[in-house]
Amino acid sequence: MKNRFNLFVIIVFLFFCFIIFYKGLNNSNTYSPKISENIYIPTFVAKDFNSNTYFNSEKIFEEPIFYIVNIWASWCVPCRTEHPLLMELSKNQSIKLIGLNYRDNLSNAKNFINTFGNPYHQILIDKNGILSVEFGAYGVPETFIINKNKKIIKSFSGPINQKIVEEIKLIIE
Amino acid sequence: MKILKIFIIVFLSIGFSQLKSDEKNSELKTKILKNIRCLICQGQSVYDSESDFASSIKLIVDKKINEGLQEETIYDFLREKYGDWIVYEPGFNKNTYILWLLPLLLFLFGGAIMYKKIKKN
Repeated sequence: MKNRFNLFVIIVFLFFCFIIFYKGLNNSNTYSPKISENIYIPTFVAKDFNSNTYFNSEKIFEEPIFYIVNIWASWCVPCRTEHPLLMELSKNQSIKLIGLNYRDNLSNAKNFINTFGNPYHQILIDKNGILSVEFGAYGVPETFIINKNKKIIKSFSGPINQKIVEEIKLIIE
Repeated sequence: MKILKIFIIVFLSIGFSQLKSDEKNSELKTKILKNIRCLICQGQSVYDSESDFASSIKLIVDKKINEGLQEETIYDFLREKYGDWIVYEPGFNKNTYILWLLPLLLFLFGGAIMYKKIKKN
């Protein structure tokens, strides 16, 4: 009787292990960090793309409006697909787009802007990627929405699409 | 001559202490980088990875060490940005307490069984 009970316990235990591991097989093994939202934007000093002068974050985000920070690079292919959508967003008067040029060659980046248009109110140079880390980004493109209280309220990793543009418009309204 | 000797000794000791502190910082940097996961080449530590993300993290860790920040403060900074997963060794919090306490509980449980068996024999 005792042996039978032990066998039953072992079978239940093995079955339990099987279920856990089987379920685990279906889990995605790529981790995408949940970027901290509702935190204040970092304080930093960055070089301006056009004037080559330095600006601090308080000056960049000085107006009490919504800002969109978009991390981009001329070598990044998905950045090209999202660019027309950024151009569309830039027409909206109640937001300002700030571009963060990530680990890029300056003349290539300028060519990119001249070819596809400039949706940004200001572009900052992030030559070594430190600024992007301060924002909690880990790749390009990435987009952050900053509210009037200077808090990051939403972030999107990867290129934005029409659905995300609608979502951004809703948040701003 | 005596002054010159003293000057050389002082100069060398300053030089050596500087070297020592650089070495200490570099050891700390290696230790921290080996304990941070690369989010681009998942499965590799930032120390081993050559991705853009990893090289940015290397720079930022270097910067923070030079600013005099402690190891734990640097981990906290990265956890705030990317979540607990960025660090290989998970901290003790409400999501990880089972992970930390289970081995201890199993050890105590096993120990109790062994103790009982030995006592019986």
